[in-house]
This record gives sequence, C-alpha cells and structure tokens, in this order.
Amino acid sequence: MSEALPPVIGQGVDLAATDDDRPMRAREVLRSLRRDPAAFVSLIVLLLIALIAVLAPLITPHDPLQTYNDIGLGPQGQPLPPGTPGFLLGTDALGRDVLSRLISGTQVSLVIGIVANGLATIVGVTVGVIAGYFGGIVEAVLMRITDVVISFPILLLCTALIAVTTRSTTNVIIVIALIYWTTLARIIRGMVISLKHREFVVATRTLGVGHLRIMWKHIIPHLLPAIIVYATLGVASSILIESALSFLGIGVPIPQASWGQMISDGSTYFQIAPWMLFIPGICLIVTVMAFNLVGDWLSEMLDSAAPMAR
Amino acid sequence: MSRLDGSDLVNGPSSRSRAGEALLDVRDLKVTFRRSGGIGRRASRVPAVQGVSFQLRAGETLGIAGESGSGKSTIARTLMGINQASAGSMRLNGENVGALRGRRLAEYRRTMQMIFQDPYDSLDPRMKVGETLLEAISLRTTKPTDPKRAVEGILDQVGLSRSFIERRPRELSGGQRQRVSIARALCVDPRLILCDEAVSALDVSVRAQVLNLLKDLQEELGLAYLFISHDLSTLRFMADHVGIMYLGRLVEIGTRDEIFENPQHPYTRALLSAVPEPIVRDRSTRLPRVRLTGEPPSAANPPSGCSFHPRCPMAQEVCRTVAPPLRATTSGQDAACHFADPVLVPEPARIGADA
Repeated sequence: MSEALPPVIGQGVDLAATDDDRPMRAREVLRSLRRDPAAFVSLIVLLLIALIAVLAPLITPHDPLQTYNDIGLGPQGQPLPPGTPGFLLGTDALGRDVLSRLISGTQVSLVIGIVANGLATIVGVTVGVIAGYFGGIVEAVLMRITDVVISFPILLLCTALIAVTTRSTTNVIIVIALIYWTTLARIIRGMVISLKHREFVVATRTLGVGHLRIMWKHIIPHLLPAIIVYATLGVASSILIESALSFLGIGVPIPQASWGQMISDGSTYFQIAPWMLFIPGICLIVTVMAFNLVGDWLSEMLDSAAPMAR
Repeated sequence: MSRLDGSDLVNGPSSRSRAGEALLDVRDLKVTFRRSGGIGRRASRVPAVQGVSFQLRAGETLGIAGESGSGKSTIARTLMGINQASAGSMRLNGENVGALRGRRLAEYRRTMQMIFQDPYDSLDPRMKVGETLLEAISLRTTKPTDPKRAVEGILDQVGLSRSFIERRPRELSGGQRQRVSIARALCVDPRLILCDEAVSALDVSVRAQVLNLLKDLQEELGLAYLFISHDLSTLRFMADHVGIMYLGRLVEIGTRDEIFENPQHPYTRALLSAVPEPIVRDRSTRLPRVRLTGEPPSAANPPSGCSFHPRCPMAQEVCRTVAPPLRATTSGQDAACHFADPVLVPEPARIGADA
C-alpha cells in the first residue's frame, strides 16, 4: 500500500488526522520528528531507498543480469572485491555487478514488501471490519478462519503454498498477502467492536444509513491511524519474508535479483567473497530497521494525538 | 401486566387511549437481555423491560422517569431497533412495526428519531456539521432539490447560523452539539423524537435553552416526544403525560398534573419528595415526605410480588406475594399498587398471572 511508504508524510498530513479530526499540521509532525532523531534518520533512509527503487533502471551502472566473464572476474575466475574500477561494490561469482544487482534488488524487495503488505492490509481491514461490525455468525466464521491461518508457522505455510504454484514474483506477493492479514484483522475487529457502540455510530444507524456507508464513512476513518502504523510495520515483515523465501530458493525466480537471493548466493562464497553476503545483508537490516523505527514513531505520534476508541 | 384483550379496556392503561389516534402505541413490550455464562457461571436472562404499554399522540410529550436500571432507556433503544423486543407489539401510525421488513421498515423507522444523551459522543468527530446533516438529509424519502439549502433551513430551525456548516464537533459546546443532534434528527422529517436523557449532560442554563427549543419545534412541527429523564423538574416542564418506571415496569402513568399533584404510587411519592423545592410550600399543601431506603433490586433477580415491596413504606403481606396490576385510580391516573384506590373495585381474578 503506497501510504505505508515515505509518501506517508505528504499524504499522512490528511490521513493522520486525529480522532477529533484535527488535521495534523506539518509543523507538529516536524516537531515530533525532532524529538525522535532515530525516526528522522530512518525516514530519510526510507526516502532514499524509495528513490533508488523508483530510479533503479536509470541508475544501475551495469545490467544487473549481465555476467561479465571477462572483466568481472579475477584471473582465477574469482569475484572481484569492492573498489575495483568499474565495479564499485565488486562482482559476484558469475561476474555480475553487485551494485547494479543491489539497486535492482531494492526495487524488487520494496515492491514485494509494499504490494504484498498492501494487499494483506486490505484483506485484514476488510475481514476485521466486517467481523467486528456484523458480529454473530459472520464474526465467528471469519475469526475462526483467521485462527486457522494464524496457527500455521508462516514460513512453512508460504513454502507449502509456493510449492504448489509456480515460482514467480506475483505468486510471492499473493502468498505473503494471503498470510499476513491475520494480525491486522484481529486488531481491527477489536477496534470496530468498541467503535460500533459509540453513540455517533448508533445514531447513524437509527437514521437509516446503510451498513456499507457506515463502515466506510464512520468506522474506517477512525481506524486509519492504526492501519497506517500496522501497514508500515508490516512492510518490514513482508520484506523479511520475501528474503527468507528467496534465500530458501522459492522466492523471486532467478536470475532476477532480490536481497534474499543475493544473500543466498553470497552465503556460498562467504569465505572468499564476504561482500556478496554482507552488502545485501546490511541493506536488508537497515531497511527493515528503518521501517520499524518509522512505524514506532508513527504509532507514538498518532497515538498521543488520537486516543482511539474509548 | 397481563396480555391485552378486550377486558383490559377498563383496567389497563389503554383506558385512556382511543386506539386509532395514537401515533405510537406500545403494548406489553418486553425486553430480555441474555447474559452469557462463563466458566462456572450460568447463562442468565435479565428482564430489563417487563410488559410496558403506553400510547403517545401526535404533538404530545410523554415523559418517562425512573432510577438508573429501571429500563427507561431500554424502551427507547428498543423502539429504535437498537435492542430487540422479546415480546409485545409496537404500532407507529397504526402500522405494526414488528411486521415491517426491509425498505418499509427503514422508512417507518425514520418517522421516529432519537437524540442521545452524550453530546460529546453522538456526532462523528471526523465529520463537519454540514456533512453530518447532508448525510441525514439524503435519506429523506423525497430527496430535496437543493440539499444545501435544506441543511441551512434546518440549522436555522435549531437556532444555529450557517457558519456551523463548516465546523467540526470539537469546536462546538455541549449545547451546540445537542442542537446539531436535534437538527440531524429533524433532517428525515420525523413525527416522533425519542429524547434519551437528551439534556442531562448539559449545564442548567443551556439545558433550559435546549428544552425551549424542543418545545418550539414541537409547536412548529407538531412533533411528539418520548422524553426520558431521571430529572423530574425537566419532565414537569416538558411532558403532557408522565410514566414512572421501577424495575422494568410502569408503576404509574397519567397526566403531568395527576402525577405531580396527586401521586398514587408510593414510589412516585418518594421520587417527588426527593426533588428539592426552591419555594417552601405551606405544610398543609406539601405532599407527605417519603424516604426510600436500600438500593433498587437487581433486574436479574427481582423480588416476589410487587417488586417495590422491599423498599415500600406501605408494604403489607399481600405485596410480597401478589404483583399489583397497573389500573385506573379515582384520581385519574393508572397506578400499580394494591393501595392505590381502584376505580373498579372487583379485581379480575387473573391478576398476577404473568406479571
């Protein structure tokens, strides 16, 4: 979901309105950022990463898939270390440019993280709102399905699902989305149950406003702060899951680059070419940490401004 | 109260109603809440409203008073369809609301609107006043040609200027919020408005303004009100008829003057003598003071016989065993007390059959 990304700052000004619908001013956001330097740095990191992902095809110095058998490998056919002229971050075992693959992998990882988690958020919010709002048998059925999905180990379920489909980026996205909605659905359901008993919701119901409109206009807007926070944190987990799947060889199909893929390749040559492992590893850690720190900051900022359901 | 049939015309509260005229005709309404049992706890049923009947004519106000937990709010919420009735009937304009479904039901529901107690929670904090009212006005059966104008007209009716369209609830005072709530209710052209403690949360001065507004609207639009309040002085000001509830039952119902000047039920007397009087009246005209002791019993486990007997200063043996029906008294109103003088002496034998 694109809100979960750096644009959250621009767009969040409106989305992050408090429960009282006081539009949050840019100044307040900045002040809150100044109090939390880690979040500030993380936000800049995320913006940079997003920029790199968007510009990936333009800024890669080499074709990330091209194997430079001649200039990309040393005399014994070994990968070149970082700092080699022409290959800033060195090459990998097949003579491909690590920097180019890293940049292209940024795009892949980020797109998977955001799209998969965006879909998961949509599913989670839909299930949570419907279950919480209607209650009764609808709630029972939806929440038991949630329980079933939640009860499987995530990686195992992903592996099983991908094993029965073909290995493709789209499938990775779908599988992550199918699994990651459960926590959000539970949280949202709880919030909706408390919201639907608030007098303004009851009042709209007695006016004769339709259920769909009540959910869309009177319930979901009050959930936005929570949704934004969980969507942001969820991107980090989705990126991690994608890396794990790629590392296990069931994620993004080769030869496409993704961070998990690169870590997997690098682990084989760890002793002779540690950069192959460390460079994508550091990128992964930094990105995931940045998403988590920004998520924490968002939750603190939105929470102090918007005490949700009483 | 026993089920209504022809013979109740004399004894039941229906004695004062001419059926066809009533805008709202509630008969023997019962609402039971189910309390789900947990581990080591049995599921139980709490009868919140136990057979309440009343009529309300167009343009009139029926006030309902009673302690917390007496079921007065439950009646309003059941009428609005927020809670489910477990028995009884409810006729609005002669139509049995329980038999209506779907679109027709929604239309009929709009004839009746509700104003809630908490002005700080009854408006969506994220919506501007104008948006709230536009949403409500779009639900009218005949859509107004110019909704914006209609909103302005309604704001004008409740004494708010056009500038409120752009305001958000948090910028409004309690009284202004309650005016917006009234405006929202008016948007769908109701005939009847249920006010559930609608002014209880307001300052005294603001309360008077809102009450006056409600009275003006009543005159202007011919609205009927079901006015629920624990505050008897508010009811004295607003209501044409007053019903007193105790533990899910109406114990007394009559015109305002009957209830306030000559209460028949000991509980009503106790409530009235608890109202502080700003002007000290002559001892001779003052009603005898009745003090209540003890707490109201739990609705989940009501006492036998007359549910008021554990706290009643007049309680006799009969009160412990036989529940008194609501019946007409010589002073005009209906009261449910063995010692309120009955108009018709012979009590029907089936008293207490299901009460």
